[in-house]
Amino acid sequence: MFSLESLTTLVQDWLNKTFPPTIALLFEFVIVGVLAIALFAALGLVLVIMERKVAAWIQIRLGPNRVGPKGMFQSAADTVKLIMKEGLTPDGADKFLFNLAPFIVMMVAMLVLAPIGFAKGFHIWDINIGVLYVSAISSVSVIGILMAGWASNNKYSLLGAMRSGAQMVSYELSVGLSVLSIIVLTGSLNINDIVLSQQTGWWIFKAHIPAIISFVIFIIAVTAETNRAPFDLSEAESELTAGFHTEYSGMKFALFFLAEYINIFIVCAIGATLFLGGWMPFHIGNWESFNHIMDYIPSFLWFFGKTFFLIFLIMWFRWTFPRLRVDQLLNLEWKYLLPISMVNLILMTLIAIKGWHF
Amino acid sequence: MVEEIGKTAEGDLIINVGPQHPATHGVLHLVITLNGETIKKVEPHLGYIHRSIEKMCESLTYRQFIYSTSRMDYLSAHINNHACALTVEKGLGVEIPARAQVIRVLMDELTRIASHELWWGAMAMDLGAFTPFFHAFRERESINDIMEETCGARLTMNYMVPGGVMVDLHPNFQNRVKSFLKLYKQKIHEYDELVTGNIIFQNRMKGVGILSKEAAISYGVTGPAARGSGVSCDIRKLYPYEIYNTLDFEEVLETAGDSYARYLVRLREMNESIKIIEQLIDNIPEGDFQAKTKAVLKLPKGEFYQRVETARGELGVYIVSEGGTTPYRIKFRSPGFSNLSCLDHITRGGKIGDLIASMGTLDLVIPDIDR
Repeated sequence: MFSLESLTTLVQDWLNKTFPPTIALLFEFVIVGVLAIALFAALGLVLVIMERKVAAWIQIRLGPNRVGPKGMFQSAADTVKLIMKEGLTPDGADKFLFNLAPFIVMMVAMLVLAPIGFAKGFHIWDINIGVLYVSAISSVSVIGILMAGWASNNKYSLLGAMRSGAQMVSYELSVGLSVLSIIVLTGSLNINDIVLSQQTGWWIFKAHIPAIISFVIFIIAVTAETNRAPFDLSEAESELTAGFHTEYSGMKFALFFLAEYINIFIVCAIGATLFLGGWMPFHIGNWESFNHIMDYIPSFLWFFGKTFFLIFLIMWFRWTFPRLRVDQLLNLEWKYLLPISMVNLILMTLIAIKGWHF
Repeated sequence: MVEEIGKTAEGDLIINVGPQHPATHGVLHLVITLNGETIKKVEPHLGYIHRSIEKMCESLTYRQFIYSTSRMDYLSAHINNHACALTVEKGLGVEIPARAQVIRVLMDELTRIASHELWWGAMAMDLGAFTPFFHAFRERESINDIMEETCGARLTMNYMVPGGVMVDLHPNFQNRVKSFLKLYKQKIHEYDELVTGNIIFQNRMKGVGILSKEAAISYGVTGPAARGSGVSCDIRKLYPYEIYNTLDFEEVLETAGDSYARYLVRLREMNESIKIIEQLIDNIPEGDFQAKTKAVLKLPKGEFYQRVETARGELGVYIVSEGGTTPYRIKFRSPGFSNLSCLDHITRGGKIGDLIASMGTLDLVIPDIDR
């Protein structure tokens, strides 16, 4: 199977041979940091242009088509514009918290990238509690949003932040429970172990209907957790103008914007890892020759293909559905999704204990 | 840090929605009192786009003043012009040629469809769905093309003049309208698939913004907003003008009185307008498109009133004449003003999202309210 492991070991060996261990480790940190930031920026650009093209396709129009071939450099041009713009701090705002908030949201988004396996043998951090780490860190971003809404000293922002807080805290539960149902099957929180456990088939196919239910719940809940339409109540353009980031401009706004897209990428990557096998190619049980052919497709293509498929799904929601009302949003979570995912978790445990899955 | 400003004595939050806000479709200013997310009071403030059209009209001749009325309810420009032309004709006592009458009705109904299309898209946008707006504009564009070809303008047509219409129909008019009818029938089911049948949409609309029949009458609500509450108020049926009494169409009525009922009324009204257009498009009589009138119009001393059904409700034009070439006093009874007055009644106790949704179903055009 094609693997990036040889590349990473090659770099590590060379560094260890050339430099003393401490310096080598430092170099590795720098390389990883630069790669993470580069990935971050590249993902932001790609996802923004993808969103605009998907929106244009759904809305029977062309979308950006002036900068570069088919408008592909539009988001680069937008970034330049946003960097050039003045980042205003409103008069009545709490200056320190107001300027800190976008960085918190951004840092959280970057931290969560760490344990994700992008390809075979290619993580930033192969931690044994990967999934727990992701769900723990990603819930910190609500602090950044609340901070932004409160420090702006704007009533629209405050309402948006309030909504966002209620929403993210409640949907976290469903995300957690649907993630748990896969953990029950694999018996490990390590993302690499979860991927390897899908060697004979992805969990969404192997674990019967409960897996499909928890996949659907996962997708609904992460759409809500990333504040995307139809759950974009915290932004709610037609109600609260822009919600918690009403007062932000220039690069500070761009950081929120970027963090939103990175968060979408991360939750979709987690979804792809848990339910669709991460970088694991499409394998069917004992069909050796079929599995062998599938292995020829590089693992990072599998990972990004699955992730972008889920991202497309979430974009599709956004450009099709109207927005829920705030009480309906909470009703959906507490009255429907949470009980269903609890029962589903019990079913899944039963399947895991009895070994009914494939 | 956060100062205690903009709060009532009970600790409720006061928020200004507008005059610059994406959901008010113009420069409407709402001062809303909030308890958490729940609305306790809505107070509309007007006047941000007041251009004193009524006063301006007093210094314009009877031919000229009609043009400024296109700028009132710009989505029903034809129908506004029509109302004014009818009032002046009433004063002059001229007979309108049959061809002009048919052309006027055709244009009115096309305008009504175009207006409802825009409303449909804008209301879906208020609910957070952006795509329907583009789908609505696809059909609306072809109506605008028809208008452009015949009237020379796409929004403020100024096509109806006292005595008939300004110019004859473009030779291509019938083909264009027929191809529009075909397009509309192909695409109308998408409206139901994309919005009407959506479970989120129905949850947002049903049982929200309830306007009872009595309240609708007492607030003077007219048009589709009132017909959603079961008030029969279609001027085309009750006080027919032009050739409406010879046409076969139904007055659309719903009895629920909620946002969903108002939504359904407008959707079905578009189909009724299509029905009217289909009856007329092949039967446009030959003849003059304008009656012979004097170059300078003078209305006899007296008062003249005419009402028509615009896309938003009842538009009344009241002219007081002293016998000169300009009106002595002119007053428009605009549908938007009365429809806006019920906003507080229907949104009180709801959530912010409900306010936006209910306001969307009232189909407000702010220049029509302020004039």
